[in-house]
Amino acid sequence: MTNFTDLFESCNWNETSKSIYAKTSVDVERALNSSQRTLEDFKALISPAAAPYLEQMAQISQQLTLKRFGKAIQMYVPLYLSNECNNICTYCGFSYDNKVRRKTLSPIEIMQEVAVIKDMGYDHVLLVTGEANQTVHTEYFKKVLELIKPHFSHISMEVQPLDTEDYKELTPYGLNTVLVYQETYHQDDYKKHHPKGKKSNFQYRLETPDRLGQAGIHKMGLGVLIGLEDWRTDSFFTAMHLNYLEKRYWQSKYSISFPRLRPYSGGLEPKVVMNDKELVQLICAYRLFNEEVELSISTRESIVFRNNIVKLGVTSISAGSKTNPGGYAVEPQSLEQFEISDERNAKEIAQMISSQGYEPVWKDWDVSLTKN
Amino acid sequence: MLKIADKTFKSRLFTGTGKFSSATEMEKALLASESELVTVALKRVDLKDNEDDILIHLNHSHINLLPNTSGVRNAKEAIFAAQMARESLETNWIKLEIHPDPKYLMPDPIETLKATEELAKLGFIVLPYIHADPVLCKRLEDAGTSAVMPLGSPIGSNKGLKTIDFLEIIISQSNVPVIIDAGIGAPSDAAKAMEIGADAVLVNTAIAVSQHPEQMARAFKIAVEAGRMAFEAKLGSVNLHAVASSPLTSFLDD
Repeated sequence: MTNFTDLFESCNWNETSKSIYAKTSVDVERALNSSQRTLEDFKALISPAAAPYLEQMAQISQQLTLKRFGKAIQMYVPLYLSNECNNICTYCGFSYDNKVRRKTLSPIEIMQEVAVIKDMGYDHVLLVTGEANQTVHTEYFKKVLELIKPHFSHISMEVQPLDTEDYKELTPYGLNTVLVYQETYHQDDYKKHHPKGKKSNFQYRLETPDRLGQAGIHKMGLGVLIGLEDWRTDSFFTAMHLNYLEKRYWQSKYSISFPRLRPYSGGLEPKVVMNDKELVQLICAYRLFNEEVELSISTRESIVFRNNIVKLGVTSISAGSKTNPGGYAVEPQSLEQFEISDERNAKEIAQMISSQGYEPVWKDWDVSLTKN
Repeated sequence: MLKIADKTFKSRLFTGTGKFSSATEMEKALLASESELVTVALKRVDLKDNEDDILIHLNHSHINLLPNTSGVRNAKEAIFAAQMARESLETNWIKLEIHPDPKYLMPDPIETLKATEELAKLGFIVLPYIHADPVLCKRLEDAGTSAVMPLGSPIGSNKGLKTIDFLEIIISQSNVPVIIDAGIGAPSDAAKAMEIGADAVLVNTAIAVSQHPEQMARAFKIAVEAGRMAFEAKLGSVNLHAVASSPLTSFLDD
């Protein structure tokens, strides 16, 4: 069976990049006026030539998002289970070579964390780990899912890439959504940022969404870490990946995140800085390109930015997040994966959303709907 | 009056509960619409919680709940969801929505037929959301459906009655009420649906996403009434040519 690698290898990074930067206002206007936008239109919308059209893009993005998703923003929260990791990643606080105390939550500790999260009002949870295949593996995930399933309507995972069979095994335990970010589609740069560990295998990561699709996972999340490479080119590959997946795995839903590199103790400086205007441009470009994809924004972004982005195309938001295992109850002082920027709690964010005429949605799934 | 299974309805405008800016806003709009059948997604309500925000705001004696199975991908999941709804919401009415395709939310005809058959046997009043497929409608009748809900255009698209030619066939040959369910973007679309003889329409996005949902709900109520009245009064036929002379047959009168 062929997979995304074949399509990916038919594209050259430098040429793709050049073609994005060569887009003109004529291309942008064509993209804006089109009713079925193509990948070439997406290139125009993320190009520097589209910068003067930002307000127009935002208006269309708002309309399209309202039509599909209504005046509603979904609320989710991450639950970090473990910071054990055998990978070296130049940008991550959990990197193997980073001297921090390692911890994987026990069942009792997980339930202490869950109690706090439930108190905050959450019903959708995102489980996060590093990659430590000796201790944090499919069997561990099964136990965690079994433990927390009665407490949440929707469970997502952002953990190491697994095999198709693992995903199939986890689904009946309540796994609904899997997020696996490529970090960058620039293969050489990927190798530089992931010199050691299983994560250094570019192709295995690149083909993860294919495995998720084959396993019949309900929803999958894509994205790159913005700051590692040219964000326009990386985002184009993300859009291309999305396009490919939607056609092939038509029974899965998709979401996209656009995390910008955040500081952590001893961390990497971004190679490419993306400013707020550019992030809005990217979010709107995704919406104009794909009316159905969910767009998610985390606490990495600032208060002002998050207040204003609610109406521009995003569909889900996290709040009150802790990025360290045990951060909610067990060990609030331990080292975080990255520093969050918006520290308002869930209630404050819900109020902010309501005040803009949108409804914060806590429950939009039911585990009992999935009877596999 | 419209009758579906054992219930009669004064209003032929059915509504939905999604996409509103708040439960209060939703309640105001639904009251303005005077709708008596309101669909609610099982995935959005907390069936374990008696204080669920959406359900509290739907607690009016004239509003009947129509739970829907949105989110399920096959007959098996749909049947389970319907049973869950019957248990917690104490209604055997179910809007069957099986769309394995989360992008365009196109209904799966095969799984829908299977589930309708099974649910009708289990005593449910089944209202299936389907493509505007006349043969499928007849097959659903055989399977024991209580109504059919063909789409006007893709759900949430506001594109109007793109399937009108097929809707007309469905209406002309149906033995169960025909409710046009998706894509109705403006009151004029709803009026048109009623003019061609639909028994009812279901509208959600066009009301919820409007800048003034309450006012839009009232506009839909009036449009549905007008369209129905026009249907009952019998519209004049549309003539493309003037009919003053009969050049081909006038020799017969000579």
